Amino acid sequence: MSIKKITSQLLLKNGTIIDPFNKQIYLGDLLIKDGRIAQIGEVVVTEDIKEIDCKNKIITHGFCDLHVHFREPGREDKETLETGSLAAMSGGFTRVCVMPNTNPPLDSPESINFIVQKSESCPIHIHPIGAVTKMQKGNDLTEMGLMKKEGAVAFSDDGLPIQDSSMMRIALEYSNLVDVPIINHAEDECLRSDGLMNEGAVSTQLGLDGNLDLAESIMVHRDLELASFTDAKLHVPHVSSSKAVDHIRSAKSSNKKITAEVTPHHLYFNEEALRSFDTNLKVAPPIRTEKDRNALLEGIKDGSIDCIATDHAPHTLDDKETTFDLACFGMIGLESCFGAVNKVLVKQEGLDLIDLIKLLTVNPRKIMNFNTDLFKIGCEAEITILDPETKYIFKEKDINSLSVNSPFKGETLEGKIEYTISKNMLFENR
Amino acid sequence: MLKNKHLLGLEGYPSDDIQTIIDTAYNFKKVLERPIKKVPSLQGVTIVNLFFENSTRTRISFELAQKRLSADTVNFSASSSSLKKGESFKDTAQNIEAMKIDAVVMRHPTPGAPKHLTDFIDSIIINAGDGTHEHPTQAILDMMSLHEKFGKLKGLKVAIIGDILHSRVALSNIYGLITMGAEVVLCGPTNLIPKHIEGLGVQINYDIDEVIEWADAINVLRIQRERMGRGLVPSIREYRNMFGITRSRIKSHKKEIVIMHPGPINRGVEIDGFVVDGDQTIILDQVLNGVASRMAILYLLCGGKKTDGVV
Repeated sequence: MSIKKITSQLLLKNGTIIDPFNKQIYLGDLLIKDGRIAQIGEVVVTEDIKEIDCKNKIITHGFCDLHVHFREPGREDKETLETGSLAAMSGGFTRVCVMPNTNPPLDSPESINFIVQKSESCPIHIHPIGAVTKMQKGNDLTEMGLMKKEGAVAFSDDGLPIQDSSMMRIALEYSNLVDVPIINHAEDECLRSDGLMNEGAVSTQLGLDGNLDLAESIMVHRDLELASFTDAKLHVPHVSSSKAVDHIRSAKSSNKKITAEVTPHHLYFNEEALRSFDTNLKVAPPIRTEKDRNALLEGIKDGSIDCIATDHAPHTLDDKETTFDLACFGMIGLESCFGAVNKVLVKQEGLDLIDLIKLLTVNPRKIMNFNTDLFKIGCEAEITILDPETKYIFKEKDINSLSVNSPFKGETLEGKIEYTISKNMLFENR
Repeated sequence: MLKNKHLLGLEGYPSDDIQTIIDTAYNFKKVLERPIKKVPSLQGVTIVNLFFENSTRTRISFELAQKRLSADTVNFSASSSSLKKGESFKDTAQNIEAMKIDAVVMRHPTPGAPKHLTDFIDSIIINAGDGTHEHPTQAILDMMSLHEKFGKLKGLKVAIIGDILHSRVALSNIYGLITMGAEVVLCGPTNLIPKHIEGLGVQINYDIDEVIEWADAINVLRIQRERMGRGLVPSIREYRNMFGITRSRIKSHKKEIVIMHPGPINRGVEIDGFVVDGDQTIILDQVLNGVASRMAILYLLCGGKKTDGVV
């Protein structure tokens, strides 16, 4: 991989331009000047400027991930804003939202400001999500108003579900004041208990404590009811179960403010993969059955699920190379995202590539109220250049994150990011 | 010789290998009945008993089996809580292997720990119980005991009674018995029989008296006293009434059945002392067969090329 500053101009030549905002696909060139879109379509240049031959490649919007953990501040041995940015760019992402479960958590205007300041020098756009409650303890609301002014784009106690329904109601009601989404990691902790994987046939055979799908769907249902009652924006993260998809589908028919995301790993794997006892597959919520996976695919096709988010969760080798009970929850996901979802959704499920790209670009940006019309002349260049046909075995060398906890290692993925352009920097995957 | 390098569990374990182990165990049982109960089969082989969870009978059984085979053995006991604070599982395993050993017998509270051990070290691994997952050597000694009693396993009607949900003994027995062609019925409180267990080819019957009438043999699991209360089992009295192998219950059935128990027994809870001491049980045969079948397993995995194993 290499990353360098674009000096004055860069011409992307002869690519297939996919504009997911205007729903257009055409052959053409794209000229970037001073970090902005200067021309698009057929570009004629007389001067001698740097070109990238994009023949047989797709030029599209830079991807946006609403759910990553960059571990800064606190666990800079797992990931930093800087290394996370490189992982993001190698996955085609130019914009991410970082979760607040750092140490200390992002629960004050000062800590939000820290992320905003520190991200300025990073090659991608990083938006902090603030904690809903102080120290993520589920008791006292954070200063959402002041935090939003410092740059918080949403609020979540991710990793620690808000158990108290009254607290969730208050948070949703108060969020209307700042008009940003509340994201609640939906798992009923009593029902989840000590669950290490999905409760079902496989957990029974492996003897691992199960985490029932109802632990998710019951809380998703509660959150949807409260969101409708309070008329607040609710975003449901990492939907994993068929039952939760059903609840979301039914709530969306009457409530346009509900949005939901799904991770590449819940779309790619099912619980059978856990038979290997691979601790990299230990995630929360857990990877569930093939029936659940199919329901998630269906949810994407019918719009019940709005976007793909990786839940990129880096952990050190020591936190994963241990027994299943002691291993941390979470896997990294930025680098393997496109190859995984393109393989599943486009190659296996027959989704149009432009529709997949929407799930990674326009849709997540819309949820956070970011600019979605990225190919407008004069717009800051956030661009991903990819080849959807490349088949390759995902290896550790494809990982730019500080951590390597990925169960995709050894999997054959389809579709590769070749270049990512963000903040006038050119990232090249080699 | 056996097809797999390790013995991690009986899920998918070949039936002819189970039979080979049982047949070899009969030969070793003869050794145990000699005045000098020792053979040189594993001379020079070093085995570490790595116990991350308390165990008395399994550890002693393995240790005796190793000594009878003339292997060199070392015992390591560590509570998992001390491991959580200090050295990692991986470091412990790699340190022990660095001292040049041949095989590890491991008990661990976490399902899959023996599988993880195979990722970290090259030695032969024998699972002596991994959490609520498997306990393959217990199931093999149970099957040997049934085979000894009935002369066959195929078509045998075996019931497993008690807390199936938290039992590695039950799971390994189910895998082994189904592979060997036995019929298996599970009986116990509805909340202690996992919803998905029927997928393994077993039947469920919550009526203990019907089960006794049906079975050739019953394997009575220990009901852990710590499970009482938390809503899992309301009381000992209630459990005894509905599932206990009590004196009166056994007397009320005219039929002779074979009664097994993997130990340790809670007399007066899952089974009455009167029944334990009666003539229908083969509990102490199981214990002796445990040493013989562990000798067979160790010999077949770590030993030479002769199949009878007796020198």
